[in-house]
Amino acid sequence: MRYSGFRIIREALTGHKGWGPAWRDPAPRPAYDYVIVGGGGHGLATAYYLAKTYAKARIAVLEKGWIGSGNAGRNTTIIRSNYLLDGNEPFYELSMQLWEGLEQEVNYNAMVSQRGILNLCHSDGQRDAYRRRGNAMRLNGVDAELLDRDQVRAMAPFLNFDDARFPIKGGLLQRRAGTARHDAVVWGYARGADRLGVDIIQNCEVTGMRIEGGRIHGLDTTRGFIGAGKVGVAVAGNSSRVMALAGMRLPIESHVLQAFVSEGLKPLIPGVITFGAGHFYVSQSDKGGLVFGGDIDGYNSYAQRGNLPVVEDVCEGGMALMPMIGRARLLRMWGGIMDMSMDGSPIIDRTDIDGLYFNGGWCYGGFKATTGSGLCFAHLLATDSPHPTAAAMRFDRFQKGLMIDEKGVGNQPNLH
Amino acid sequence: MSQVNRLSGGRVDRGTTLSFAFDGKLYQGHPGDTLASALLANGVRLMGRSFKYHRPRGPLSAGSEEPNALVELRSGARREPNTRATVAEVFEGLVATSQNRWPSLAVDALSVNDRLSSFLTAGFYYKTFMWPKAFWEKLYEPAIRRAAGLGRLSGEADPDVYDKGFLHCDLLVIGAGPAGLAAALTAGRAGARVIVADEDFLPGGRLNAETITLDDAPARDWVAATVSELASLPNVRLMTRTTVYGAFDHGIFGALERVSDHLAVPKPGTPRQILWRLYAKRSLLCAGATERPIAFENNDRPGIMLAGALRAYANRWAVAAARDVAVFTNNDDGHRTARDLAAAGVHVTAVIDSRTDAPEIAGLPLFRGAVVTGTSGRLGLKSITVRNADGRTQEIACGALGVSGGWNPNLQLTCHHRGRPRWDETIAAFVPDGAPPGLRVAGAAAGIFSTHGALTGGAEGARAALADLGIPATLPDLPRAEDAPFRIAPLWQVKGKGRAWLDQQNDVTVKDVTLAHQENFRSVEHLKRYTTLGMATDQGKTANVPAIAVMAELTGKPIEQVGTTIYRPPYTPVAIGALAGRSRGADFRPRRLTPSHHWAQEQGAVFVEVGNWMRAQWFPRPGESHWRQSVDREVLATRQAVGICDVTTLGKIDVQGTDAAAFLDRLYCNGMAKLAIGRVRYGLMLREDGMVKDDGTVARLTENHFVVTTTTANAIAVFRHMEFCRQCLWPALDVQLISTTDAWAQFSVAGPKSRELLQRVIDPACDISNEAFPYMACGAVTVCGGLRARLFRISFSGELAYEIAVPARYGDGLIRALMAAGQDLGVTPYGTETLGVLRIEKGHPAGNELNGQTTAANLGLGKMVSATKDAIGITLSRREGMNRPDDLRLVGLKPLSPADTIVNGAHLMTGGSPVDAAHDQGWVTSSCHSPHVGGSIGLGFLKRGDRRTGEIIHVVNPLAGTDIRAQVVSPCFIDPEGVRLRG
Amino acid sequence: MLIPHPLLGLRDAQEFTYLGDAALIDRPDGLAADAAGRFFDYGYLRDNPAGEHRELWFHEQGDRSWLVVTRNITTHEIVRVELARDVALARGRGR
Repeated sequence: MRYSGFRIIREALTGHKGWGPAWRDPAPRPAYDYVIVGGGGHGLATAYYLAKTYAKARIAVLEKGWIGSGNAGRNTTIIRSNYLLDGNEPFYELSMQLWEGLEQEVNYNAMVSQRGILNLCHSDGQRDAYRRRGNAMRLNGVDAELLDRDQVRAMAPFLNFDDARFPIKGGLLQRRAGTARHDAVVWGYARGADRLGVDIIQNCEVTGMRIEGGRIHGLDTTRGFIGAGKVGVAVAGNSSRVMALAGMRLPIESHVLQAFVSEGLKPLIPGVITFGAGHFYVSQSDKGGLVFGGDIDGYNSYAQRGNLPVVEDVCEGGMALMPMIGRARLLRMWGGIMDMSMDGSPIIDRTDIDGLYFNGGWCYGGFKATTGSGLCFAHLLATDSPHPTAAAMRFDRFQKGLMIDEKGVGNQPNLH
Repeated sequence: MSQVNRLSGGRVDRGTTLSFAFDGKLYQGHPGDTLASALLANGVRLMGRSFKYHRPRGPLSAGSEEPNALVELRSGARREPNTRATVAEVFEGLVATSQNRWPSLAVDALSVNDRLSSFLTAGFYYKTFMWPKAFWEKLYEPAIRRAAGLGRLSGEADPDVYDKGFLHCDLLVIGAGPAGLAAALTAGRAGARVIVADEDFLPGGRLNAETITLDDAPARDWVAATVSELASLPNVRLMTRTTVYGAFDHGIFGALERVSDHLAVPKPGTPRQILWRLYAKRSLLCAGATERPIAFENNDRPGIMLAGALRAYANRWAVAAARDVAVFTNNDDGHRTARDLAAAGVHVTAVIDSRTDAPEIAGLPLFRGAVVTGTSGRLGLKSITVRNADGRTQEIACGALGVSGGWNPNLQLTCHHRGRPRWDETIAAFVPDGAPPGLRVAGAAAGIFSTHGALTGGAEGARAALADLGIPATLPDLPRAEDAPFRIAPLWQVKGKGRAWLDQQNDVTVKDVTLAHQENFRSVEHLKRYTTLGMATDQGKTANVPAIAVMAELTGKPIEQVGTTIYRPPYTPVAIGALAGRSRGADFRPRRLTPSHHWAQEQGAVFVEVGNWMRAQWFPRPGESHWRQSVDREVLATRQAVGICDVTTLGKIDVQGTDAAAFLDRLYCNGMAKLAIGRVRYGLMLREDGMVKDDGTVARLTENHFVVTTTTANAIAVFRHMEFCRQCLWPALDVQLISTTDAWAQFSVAGPKSRELLQRVIDPACDISNEAFPYMACGAVTVCGGLRARLFRISFSGELAYEIAVPARYGDGLIRALMAAGQDLGVTPYGTETLGVLRIEKGHPAGNELNGQTTAANLGLGKMVSATKDAIGITLSRREGMNRPDDLRLVGLKPLSPADTIVNGAHLMTGGSPVDAAHDQGWVTSSCHSPHVGGSIGLGFLKRGDRRTGEIIHVVNPLAGTDIRAQVVSPCFIDPEGVRLRG
Repeated sequence: MLIPHPLLGLRDAQEFTYLGDAALIDRPDGLAADAAGRFFDYGYLRDNPAGEHRELWFHEQGDRSWLVVTRNITTHEIVRVELARDVALARGRGR
């Protein structure tokens, strides 16, 4: 069934009896050509593009809980393509372009909202780095503007310009960036994939991998053995656990990142704003809540919850930047498990085991990559060669010294 | 007439009358009133509008679970949106305004949404607004955003102060109701350190809202006696107006004390709120229970509230929500409401009990096996429709309806570590099933609903908690209290054609849950996210369980299999200002001041933030109107005479021990083992991944004593790294480290006359002639007649230069002495801008080059990396990807046209090539106007740059639309042979 | 979180700076023939178990001890805390 305003009117007049399930709940078949492990945004997008573009094949997505229960459902919904390095920027711009057409593509309103991202700078050195980055973006054909202090003030007069410990000196603006409704992205891809015949199997946890002669043949799951021609793993914070089933150790640690939302407020903040002198970024959802976050807690964790020091640190950043939010109340906080890689950039690559492919290491930036990650992983799974925009996102880059280190902090995951 | 609905009795202070305004109209209340109780007393039931359909709403509850009665409290910069009228205390002059309505609360234009509700079902927006594509940002979304949101922030900086505090205790008791007070009494008498925190301003919890007796006396007597005894115990701290909002790791709790929210403005010197971090060895959750409603058609009208709230308003606040009230219940507790209201003189028109076997209530009209099927009254309840057991319906007039669907234990904190509760059939509610380590649960929070059960549970819980800690405790003599069993026959919804609300704030109805089920959003989390159930400011405290039950009915699964959503902190919303405390505005982070800061201030220096340091950026002189004038002057004065700069911010680490040299040799990629005593060497430190971590100088003062410097930015990280190497990698080396960054004031004295100047300050016994103290010498000296100092002949500027260090307390004195001594030499203080120009002219890398993405080879220092020893980072620096033929090299850049300026962050392009990422050759890292060169110069990383000297390349800055030509030159623009610095 | 420092008792985790897997103690010999491969493993590969994890914390705002904390990273329960220097010595690290 196609969604449309007309359809809503028709259903409203007939008691909404015609809406079917957004996706089916099929029982797993004995075997598939492709099995994607992980029913998050990346996994579902992979299945969608695999089914639509690359392979008319039997495809399943296995999810241990409910789809979107991992980081897809617990992030701050930012989409952007304002990266510096060659290994990243074309990929994120591909993702951005896919966001721009996503809703029409999957016939689901994911509320992709290009209200811009403004990265504030507070020192000459920071401005220099933003100029380098903005120019790199422009050289990649991506929109970027470097604003001076007055331009920032005109755009966001509510920021702290008069009493700041670290005065705002300007900012890097990407107008095409913005936010998307995170759950809707999951549901949109799920519904799209389902309509193309993909089996989305929830409450199905992978417990083992059948590997013989250097090749994967299928997966043991809590719902029985499922044979597979090719297996693609896209499980974010659980990457190390799942790949350990294949005997692999990864250049990844799992860390907790907290995020926060305030009570609903009438519109205050136009787009996404990041504070350059502390750990704080914020946007306002269409529902009115301030959605904000900051740094990871900094220690390995699978707990999906964090601790107070970071909560307070983030709110300090918020009050340093926007002292008007003091009387707004924090409503909910949550934690996600971040697959922090050794250079802060992701991996989309084959493994040494035939038929087993990996997609992970997204750190705390996986949401914005959902679209491109799905497309590129599907490309890799179907063709056995990397998508041109993701060619640098290889496992062996660490062995070869070809890291993609945007922050320049090296092989310490909690610093990325 | 004011306070038409005020009854007699209650816990309000009638001796004092307070005036307050709601939507511009003046009302009166008393101390002890909440805004909601006072408005109800004045006959006002309509207090808010719902989020989506803008339905008229009154309070559902009498506590912090309130979904409906949200107001903007106070005005101006202190406006607090979304404030619950049910917990806001009335004070003289209080101003409250209704929110999310236009033009007024009674006439709200967007209530048109209510008429369109069949189009605006759960998730309708996911299915439309997609065409044409550009309309989302331009049309649909702005309209949605304007309509959404609840209250308005003022847009002004919050004028109040928030404090933070830390408290430690043996036992934290959360809640001061019967269970909490009994627990505190038990633990307090045992001598344990106890904190009791309650969100209410009146201790006693539910006892304040009931007419029950303890030991045949009013419950308030026992509460008063207990509170009085707790107050007398020095080991007990009773904190009212304090919400424990989160349970974190290892017994740490977050709590918010609302110190001044019951006042018009905080008293001078007191904060609005205090954010407490409570460190508890053991904790006891006595947070009571929250009543839940039943879903039936139009169950959201002003005047329909939870039965227990109706009772609380009557008993505690002496308020009848209306003169004629009815009660709809599925359990015995609803009967208590009916009895208490009747006893308070309120006309109870009907008690509708869905149970066919409901017990009799003397003197009141009981409708057994009956349900409420509908209501009337747009802005306030007028009547209800009751369907009797025999199927006949009748309309009953009433202005208020108390609804009880049972009670949910307030177990949120037990689940803050992602635990899940268990379903208890006997009370038809979730009860705790495990809790964070050290946390126990007692009373209604544990599903024990009788007063006797709460008292004994609290006391026993405290005793058990103290037993863990080895503190013996005896149970106090607890008063006799009712111990009635809780009888309930679950009823979640009365099925009908109209809309029946589950989440009142977010307007989630049974129909929405049904649609979610139909569309396969059946997991509780999908249900929540698709319908927005439980995502309102009340976090679904009254909504979630009934909605889960409705979903259970639809799926045919038992409730426990449907499960719950995750309870996350905070228990109730916490002001962001409180979480930030005093770290805001100019006090966001501490300021580190250099030893010469006050002197520099006297000179009129302009300061710049460098991390947490404040450093002099330049020293303007009269007549200089542009910073470039000051900086050019400072640069030239330094190159021609002598300049002084405070470089105390550079990290200084003292390294001592018989293995100090061997240790440093492993830390730096270049050799340090053979550094001679009295000599300094430039040191390049790599990260273990082979990238440059930091650079600095290593000075050997004696055989076993070194002082190393780091960059300002990396001072802390380098020291941490060195301690890691010392303790974790080579624990048997005899080496000790201490950071002395703040212990020594250090000044760079640079320029051809620097020696002459220093000779006037350094005691004559110390020979610092070029022969005795050559380039890269170091040693101890004395200054100003015996003050110990250290002198290093090192140069960042390329001039004859020194760094001189004295104990920090003499830094101010030394800068004054140097300035005084050098008057005739033209001594000039310089700031960080000049420091930058001097080092760019000399081609020295700094922060812009050492950005963590740089190899030694990139900097042209590849040969410094030892090929023979093992030191941190050397092995991984040899990887092929870091040693490619076209790698970046540091180069100098000079514009071909003197009119052009090179800017940092511009990219480098080969002439004639397309200007795009594929042809990117590098970028500009640093640039300045060079007074020495007489024009703009730059440093940059250029592919194969070491082999491109003389080449003309394009410096492009697409952000500014500029493209200039520049020549690739040596990064060293001044004195490449190093004659000056050896002079 | 609270970390029971072996010398100083319970300390707030906020006083510490986190590094990561305690396997970082086992730095390979840079002069060994297979140094490149061993350093890759040391520098980049992690077990990252969803259970007990031995990890390095630096008491930066305290006594500057490096500690090896054994912590269940699913529950955050701290099982054991040792001075990293003692651990390093016990693992054969010396000069």
